[in-house]
Amino acid sequence: MSLSPAEWEAIRLSLLIGLAAVAWILPLGIGVAWLLARHEFRGKAVLDGLIHLPLVLPPVVVGYLLLVALGRQGAIGQWLYTTFGLSLPFTWQGAAVASGVMAFPLLVRALRLSLEAVDPKLEAAASTLGASRWRVFTTITLPLAVPGLLTGTVLAFARALSEFGATITFASNIPGETRTLPLALYTLIQSPGQESAAARLCLIAIVIALASLIASEWLARRTRQRLQERDG
Amino acid sequence: MADIMTTNPRLTLDVEQSQGDFKLSAALDLPGNGVSGVFGASGSGKTSLLRVIAGLDRPQKGYIQLGEQVLLDTERSIFTPPHQRRIGVVFQEARLFPHYCVRGNLTYGMPHPAPERLAEIVELLGIEALLARMPGTLSGGEARRVAIGRALLSEPQLLLMDEPLTGLDGPRKEELLRYITRLTQQVDIPVVYVSHDAEEITAIADHLVVLKAGRVEASDALSTLLHRFDLTHGLGGFDAASLLEGEVVAHDQAYGLTILALDDDHQLTLPGTAAPIGSRLRLRILARDIALALTPPAGTSYRNQLIATITDTTVLPETPHTVELRLRIGTLFLRARLTRKSWDDMGLSKGMTVTALIRSVSFNAH
Repeated sequence: MSLSPAEWEAIRLSLLIGLAAVAWILPLGIGVAWLLARHEFRGKAVLDGLIHLPLVLPPVVVGYLLLVALGRQGAIGQWLYTTFGLSLPFTWQGAAVASGVMAFPLLVRALRLSLEAVDPKLEAAASTLGASRWRVFTTITLPLAVPGLLTGTVLAFARALSEFGATITFASNIPGETRTLPLALYTLIQSPGQESAAARLCLIAIVIALASLIASEWLARRTRQRLQERDG
Repeated sequence: MADIMTTNPRLTLDVEQSQGDFKLSAALDLPGNGVSGVFGASGSGKTSLLRVIAGLDRPQKGYIQLGEQVLLDTERSIFTPPHQRRIGVVFQEARLFPHYCVRGNLTYGMPHPAPERLAEIVELLGIEALLARMPGTLSGGEARRVAIGRALLSEPQLLLMDEPLTGLDGPRKEELLRYITRLTQQVDIPVVYVSHDAEEITAIADHLVVLKAGRVEASDALSTLLHRFDLTHGLGGFDAASLLEGEVVAHDQAYGLTILALDDDHQLTLPGTAAPIGSRLRLRILARDIALALTPPAGTSYRNQLIATITDTTVLPETPHTVELRLRIGTLFLRARLTRKSWDDMGLSKGMTVTALIRSVSFNAH
C-alpha cells in the first residue's frame, strides 16, 4: 500500500502540528504544574479550573474563543500582528496553538501528579546544602518527576494528533496548511464515493496511534529499568 | 571536644513559633565550638527548634544570629533562606538523593571542587567503598554516614543533627555514634545535636539544652546540668548519670582491662577498650551503679574504690525512698543514689568522707 501525496501531506502536518503543540505547552505546563503542586496561593482553584476547561468544553467553543482572542481583530491577535507581523488563524502555527490548548490539561495533570509524588523532604535537604530554588527544581524535583513527564508528554502528543474541533474552528481545514489526519478524514467522509480513501486514512490513524502507544510503553519501561538499576 | 578551640560564631536566638496547639518559645545562646545537645521528650519542640535554625520554618516572632550574621529578625523583616545560611543539616532519615550515586550526593553541596577535602571526609566516615553505589543499595548506617559527609562537605558554619541514630540497631548505633564523636573532635564546626536519648546525648554533648513543652528548661555545660538534682527526672530519671573524663594510661591485656587516669591522684579500671594509650575517654557512670562504704573494704569485687566527700544530698518527690548524693573526689564530682534505709543505717550525712565503690563493668565509654 503506497501512500498518495495528499495522505503524506496529512501525516506530515499531523506530526508537525503535534510536535509543535507539545513543544510550546511543555515549558508552560511544567511551570504551571509546579505552581499547583508546590504552592498555595489565592485563586489556585480558579487557575486549576481554567486549565481544565478544555477537557470539559466542546472543542468548538475553545476554537471560537481562540478566534476571538487571537484573530486579527482579537485583543492578543492584533498585538501579535502589529508587533511581529504574525497571524495565527488559518495557519499550521494556529493549529498547533489550538491542539496545544486542548492537550494542555492532560499534560498538567500527569506532571502535577508526578511532581506531588516527589518528596519535599529531599527538596528541603537540597536547600540546606546551599541549592537555590531553581537548582533544587532542576536537579532534584524535575529529574525525579521524569516518569510523569514522559507519560504526560506522550499523552499530550496523542491528544494533539487527534485534535479536530478546536483546530477546524480556529485554523480551518486548508490542504497543505492545517489539514491534519482527522481533518482529511472528515473531508473524505463529506464527499461521496471516497469510502475506500477514508478507510485508508482510518488505517493510517490506527497505525500512528498504535506506534505512539508502543513507543510510550517502551519509554516508560526503559525509565523504570533505569530507576531500578539505580536502586540496585 | 575540639582539639583546637578556635572562635567560631556563637548561635544566639530568641524565637516564638506557634503551630496548631504547639508553641515553641525559646531563647538560647550556644557556644561556638563543641557539641550542643538539645534534649527533650518527643513533642518538646526539638525538631521545631532545629527547623527554625535551619530556615526551613519561619517563626512568627524573634531573631536568630550566627556570629555577626543576622539570619532572622522579624522586626526588621530579615529572613535568610536556608540555602544562604550555610547551616548543614543531618536529618533523622538520611534523605539521600535517590537519583545520584553516593559520590554525587557527597559533592552536591560542595561550593567548589575540593578533592582533598572530599577524600578526607570520606576517610573519616569510612565510606570509600560506597562512592559508586546508589543510595537505594545502602544500609541504614551507611546512608546516615553518607548524609553526614554530604552535610559536612557543604562547608557549613554550623552543623545540625536531628536524632541521626534513630532506627538503627544496637551495634550500628554504637558504630555511628563512634563516627560522630570522632568527627566532632576532628572537624572544627559547632554542632547542635538533637536527641531524646539521655545516654546518647551525654556521650556526645559538651553543652546541653533541655527542652520541655516548647520552652528551654535549662541550658548549660553538660557536666553542670547532670549534677542538678532538679533535672534528674528529665535527664534519665532512674538512669541518671554523671560524667568522668580521663586519659588512657595502660592496658592490661591478660585481664582485658584499661586503666584510665582521671587526674594526677585518681585512676579507674574499666573493661578493656581499643582506645590507644594517651587518648581521652568520656565515661558515663550511672548514679545507681555507685555503692558507698564507710571505710575502704577489703575482699570486694568492686575494682574501683575512691575516697569521696558527700557534698550535697536530696530526696526527690518522684522517688521518696531513695537519696540522691553528690560526691566530690579530689576536683571531680560524681552522682550517687542510695536507698533511704542504707542512708539511715550507715548514719551518713553531708560533709562525711566515704569510699565510693564503682564496679568496673558499669562503665559506658565512648
